Amino acid sequence: MQPFSGLALLLRALQGQRSWQPQWRKAQPRPAYDALIVGGGGHGLGAAYYLAREHGMHHVAVLEKGWIGGGNTGRNTTIIRSNYLFPESAALYDHALKFWQDLAQALNYNVMFSPRGVMMLAHTVHDAQVFKRHVHANRAAGVDNEWLTPQQAKAFCPPLNIGDIRYPVLGAALQRRGGTARHDAVAWGYARAADALGVDIIENCEVTGVLRAADGRVEGVRTTRGEIRAPRVGVAAAGHTSVIMQMAGVKVPLESYPLQALVSEPVKPVFPCVVMSNTIHAYISQSDKGELVIGAGTDAYTSYTQRGGLHITSHALEAICELFPMFRRLRMLRSWGGIVDVTPDRSPIIAKTPVPGLYVNCGWGTGGFKATPGSAHVFAWTIARDEPHPLNAPFTLERFRDGALIDEAAAAAVAH
Amino acid sequence: MLLIDCPYCGERPEPEFAYGGQAHVARPARPAEASDEAWADYLYFRRNTRGLHAERWRHIRGCGRFFNALRDTRTDHFLGTYKIGAPPPPLADT
Amino acid sequence: MNAPLRLTAGGRIDRTRRLEFSFDGRTYRGYAGDTLASALLAGGVHLMGRSFKYHRPRGPIAAGVEEPNALVTVRRDAGRCTPNLRATQVELYEGLRASSQNRWPSLRFDLGALNDLLAPFIPAGFYYKTFMWPRRAWAALYEPRIRAAAGLGHAPRAADPDRYATRFAHCDVLVVGAGPAGLAAAGAAAELGARVILCDEQSEAGGSLLAASPAGAERPGGFAADAWIEEQLRGLRVRPNVRLLTRTTAFGYFPHNAVALNERLTDHLADPPADLPRERQWQVRAREVVLACGAIERPLVFPGNDRPGIILADAARTWLHRYAVLPGTRAVLVTGCDAAYQTALDLARAGVDVACIADTRPEPQAAARALAEDIPVLNAARVRHTEGRLRVTAIALEGRSAGQAVRMLQPCDLVLMSGGYTPSLHLHSQARGNLRWSGALQCFLPAESRERVRSAGACRGVLTLDAALRDGREAGAAAARAALARDGVRPGPPPAAAPPAEEPAGAAVDAASPHGRGRAFVDWQNDVTSKDLALAVREGFRSIEHVKRYTTTGMATDQGKTSNLNALGIVARVLGSSPPEVGLTTFRMPYNPVSFGAFAGTARGELFDPVRVTPMHPWAEAQGAVFEDVGLWKRARYFPRAGEDLHAAVARECRAVRAGCGLFDASTLGKIEVVGRDAVNFLNRLYVNSFDSLEPGRCRYGVLLRDDGFIYDDGVIARLAADRFHVTTTTGGAPRVLALMEDYLQTEWPELKVWLTSTTEQWAVLAVQGPRAREVLQGLSDIPLGGEALPHMSVASGFIGGVPLRLFRVSFTGELGYELNVPADFGLSLWERLWERGRAYGMCAYGTESMHVLRAEKGYVIVGQDTDGTVTPDDAGLGWAIGKKKPDFLGRRSLSRAALRAPERRQLVGLLTLEPQRVLEEGAQVMAQDGASSPARPLGFVTSSYFSAVLGRSIALGLVSGGRARTGQTLYVPAPGGTLPVQVASPVFYDPSGARLHG
Repeated sequence: MQPFSGLALLLRALQGQRSWQPQWRKAQPRPAYDALIVGGGGHGLGAAYYLAREHGMHHVAVLEKGWIGGGNTGRNTTIIRSNYLFPESAALYDHALKFWQDLAQALNYNVMFSPRGVMMLAHTVHDAQVFKRHVHANRAAGVDNEWLTPQQAKAFCPPLNIGDIRYPVLGAALQRRGGTARHDAVAWGYARAADALGVDIIENCEVTGVLRAADGRVEGVRTTRGEIRAPRVGVAAAGHTSVIMQMAGVKVPLESYPLQALVSEPVKPVFPCVVMSNTIHAYISQSDKGELVIGAGTDAYTSYTQRGGLHITSHALEAICELFPMFRRLRMLRSWGGIVDVTPDRSPIIAKTPVPGLYVNCGWGTGGFKATPGSAHVFAWTIARDEPHPLNAPFTLERFRDGALIDEAAAAAVAH
Repeated sequence: MLLIDCPYCGERPEPEFAYGGQAHVARPARPAEASDEAWADYLYFRRNTRGLHAERWRHIRGCGRFFNALRDTRTDHFLGTYKIGAPPPPLADT
Repeated sequence: MNAPLRLTAGGRIDRTRRLEFSFDGRTYRGYAGDTLASALLAGGVHLMGRSFKYHRPRGPIAAGVEEPNALVTVRRDAGRCTPNLRATQVELYEGLRASSQNRWPSLRFDLGALNDLLAPFIPAGFYYKTFMWPRRAWAALYEPRIRAAAGLGHAPRAADPDRYATRFAHCDVLVVGAGPAGLAAAGAAAELGARVILCDEQSEAGGSLLAASPAGAERPGGFAADAWIEEQLRGLRVRPNVRLLTRTTAFGYFPHNAVALNERLTDHLADPPADLPRERQWQVRAREVVLACGAIERPLVFPGNDRPGIILADAARTWLHRYAVLPGTRAVLVTGCDAAYQTALDLARAGVDVACIADTRPEPQAAARALAEDIPVLNAARVRHTEGRLRVTAIALEGRSAGQAVRMLQPCDLVLMSGGYTPSLHLHSQARGNLRWSGALQCFLPAESRERVRSAGACRGVLTLDAALRDGREAGAAAARAALARDGVRPGPPPAAAPPAEEPAGAAVDAASPHGRGRAFVDWQNDVTSKDLALAVREGFRSIEHVKRYTTTGMATDQGKTSNLNALGIVARVLGSSPPEVGLTTFRMPYNPVSFGAFAGTARGELFDPVRVTPMHPWAEAQGAVFEDVGLWKRARYFPRAGEDLHAAVARECRAVRAGCGLFDASTLGKIEVVGRDAVNFLNRLYVNSFDSLEPGRCRYGVLLRDDGFIYDDGVIARLAADRFHVTTTTGGAPRVLALMEDYLQTEWPELKVWLTSTTEQWAVLAVQGPRAREVLQGLSDIPLGGEALPHMSVASGFIGGVPLRLFRVSFTGELGYELNVPADFGLSLWERLWERGRAYGMCAYGTESMHVLRAEKGYVIVGQDTDGTVTPDDAGLGWAIGKKKPDFLGRRSLSRAALRAPERRQLVGLLTLEPQRVLEEGAQVMAQDGASSPARPLGFVTSSYFSAVLGRSIALGLVSGGRARTGQTLYVPAPGGTLPVQVASPVFYDPSGARLHG
């Protein structure tokens, strides 16, 4: 791996930056590996990296049907936070947040993690109760989260309109360690680091079937580039997980919905943090390039089209224009859609499956990016040891049978 | 914004409707006798089809009726809608 | 200032209307009909902007929507200040104030241009490779500087006062683009009687014909271009079935032929009328769509191709013919195709010294035309470099002339580029239409789509005028016939059109000499060079999407309109592949940037979301009530008297209720009338309770679960008659409870004879609560109030003051209580009457906050506060409500799942602080030990917490693991001022025997 540094850029400038080599090899599939990861997003690439780095498994391939990072990894609003309500969730997301803090150094790839603070707005008395509960629960779990008055919220984010709106801001929960990162860099950084440890990253390779032995064990996968054998297969295919798991005869409680996001034209720095409003459905931050990055809610229906309705985008911009009325004249530059895989309790599944040797990491819904390094890390553990890491032990498939849900959505949403 | 053909009212824009999830998920007739697995299947496990999907919609800002639809989740194009209890339409006109 | 480069005649400007405007504080003159760019060019100004990364001086290269460089901020006042507008699209008005962006201290001298010197060290993606040490320096040091350097214009600091509107429209045929093909299509469709909407992004219809050469090459149907446009518009305007929208951009194509248009109504006006919205967003549902979006000329990639004065040939043609402006005085044309020759000849005729034409082709046929006018032509030409800082001064060329190899440095102040045309596929592609590669035109063309859409004219590669007109007419007529033949918008089989005949007109990407020096730009705004693209490929970014993301090519505010195809050509070449194999990046909405305000439309302030108020709202408002938002409702939270805060008001209200009586507006509670032969059966299947034994005239507290076993809603269910129930729900829960009922009724149990009606807004509900409630109501209605006549949890119908009354004897306070339901229109008058009468009994109006305290004193749960979607009836202490003999109800089966029976589940208990004056925070966690080392797993949390004025101490409810068995135990609640010990107690703090209910 050619090391990345300012000095390297300086030295290679002498050769017109012509001596850089591919950041990851264009690997050809080999007939067999020790483990396969299906899905070349951040979670899959990261899992391959940790398999190689922490579990000594170097004969690993990542199979990606398109180009790496082209799914939800490259289609989200890059928000990172860990102030989830339930201790199980907060522990998992905080595991990730700790990785984020030195991921650039670990991967030698600037993923631009920027802990600029994530502020979640409360617009009703009920919101305030829910967020205060989050604050207290997070403190007990050792996760930072603090309650701000409307004035403190405005001081933290000066463009915020706290008063003259339909749903005034009654306060906010702020996680200062939260922030954003550069989404593409996460995929590329993991790919480059995994490649350097011997992992094959195979793009344009779509899985079309799952090979099973007579005893039911996984033996590998069929792909558009031939059969590839491996005793362990980890699936991290986000919105397409249902499709892959069906090939293995495993049912997963997922539904795939369109999720849209958009950016404005770039403007000079005007927005210092991340602001989320669940009540009126909008998320906003400003990228380093200057674009306001805005997330909308999911569409109502399941779909694999990677696009949604105009009314959903419009609704998000209604909220943004209410909260930040000086942004009305800014213009939407680009919009896009992802396919998010949603579980009934809005918590992920990182687990073994009924098929020996088959593992699944899915159900991240609208919030998977923030978990990338932590999720990849415990998924690799689960694959390598054939048992869950303590942090993902609660995130099983069986919880839906037993009713041991980790219901972040229900705990926040019910109004009275 | 989809255009949805309510079998009672005709074509209307999507905001008049509420999505009702996968169609033809019957509640077990005798829940007490259902195994935990069967009950979880009913509660939580949906096909999440990539392709032709039978689903429910309700014309909530119109006639208020539930009905079923066949939609291709790869394109979001409808192949038809039909009343609750009726069989799906033939797929000739795709 | 003069406009030395303005021709004395010609163009579509209105020479009778001179306008004064300013750019960067300097005053210029132009005419009505000018754009900011054309007026500045007439003044000899090419330098209009600085690029994003290297801050290189830039002028406009294009005359329209595709312009990447000339971005300006136009400011009317603090709130009406719009950054990042293209000078080529800003229409001039008297007094317009524009300024350049992304430069400091000035456009001519910009310190940011230091970045240009650093260019060798900061190639594409450099930021992924550095700024990582020390760890904290990224967020503390590097990132703030990068952010400050990035961005283009400044966002306004003041709220935008302008209005935006939304309209929905239906039509048979929507024609996008009013150029020659679009006008022809609209005309043909309109003649057949179709309802047509024709939209165009420019200020007037005509498209490419607005810049037609008067020399005569472009004579549609034998007419002069101006006359032909006028004739077409006259034909369309007289038809009532045609709507023509100019300054209207079709920016988004959504499933089922929904197309979004953005109409700009006031930005071109010096004094916009106050009643006009700034923009209007159209959502058009079209049976058929004809795309006549035209084509955009491609620049050529060669070293130094970005200096001001190096422009697209088409732009020169537009400035010359449409605006009567000479973009320079001495010109060189660099081209790879025939189309630009006419422009060079026109410029020469207008007085520009066209020094030479450099054609990249070895033997261009068109050269003869130039040579005939004494313009030298260089064959197989390549560019070695260009010169000039704020304006091009010379171009170094090599090539062949008369069989000889030639190298020359040609002085000039204008270089025209023409690399062929790129059909505008944006909308076709957004409609998920397929694309096919045209080898002859070296571009993608539209192929089949799932939507009812067809393309016509230049946007499908039909580039000659006569053919485009024919193509437009055919497409318009076919679309009209298809639309009129069908009923509804429902898609039939997608339309098919024969592929157009392709006339090779030549196209090129690269005009760079292998001996060239300097950077060759592909994406002007984002400063992406051909070397950057090669670097990305070298580093393993082989997918075009990867190249785009790594280099940012095509991600600028022009969205790659001039750069995408050139980038693709270069990447394909470096990969040793071909453009169709590499493929194009996805087109996504919007085609051109659209104001946020236009999406938000009228949804602002009060109109952001509907406001629901009760009939008694005006009274509460007049009393100075403080309201809270609950769902869409405004509910009175408390009624402060002078000097009272929330706590003082609530303490007073609560004492008054317990001592005398209180009046409460409960109208927002959801109400559903459940009627029919099977109504009892239906409710039995839904609620945990059994209703078989409920007699008419009696009420029961009902608990509703989802089928997953968790509490969904609760309320009082009154049986009015054998087949009629009055069901109440929580305020926020009303719509979803009704939806759930309809769902089961329509889809699971359609055999049940039950009808559901929402009556929430039909009844005003006045709660009279307190020991003196009966005295207040005595004699007011025809319903006897005696203890036996109307016991607790009963209901009676009658009249009050001649108005129908449903009188409930229910209580959510633990006191003797009544709820009077009267038709909503009579709510306010009854309220005022009760208020008058109640004075004698110490009546006090109370709000939701006191209601919460009063019910908490009694341990009554609020669904959504003491439960949260993870709580079972047993958890909430409501197990008693379950009909034990019922074989089934919603959620029953789920309750027997392992996790829902676990002994460590959290149960609702009372929590009493050992220091009675300390009030716990709601949401605070309950721990087993004091000072437990963090992080520790909490036993539970506080769901409700208040100071009870009546009890003289704080009270709280909480969900605590195994809570009921812990009664009497001391637990610990961390709080900001230190951990508070609490004692687990019964959740009923007041009147545990319930004696007061029966008053």
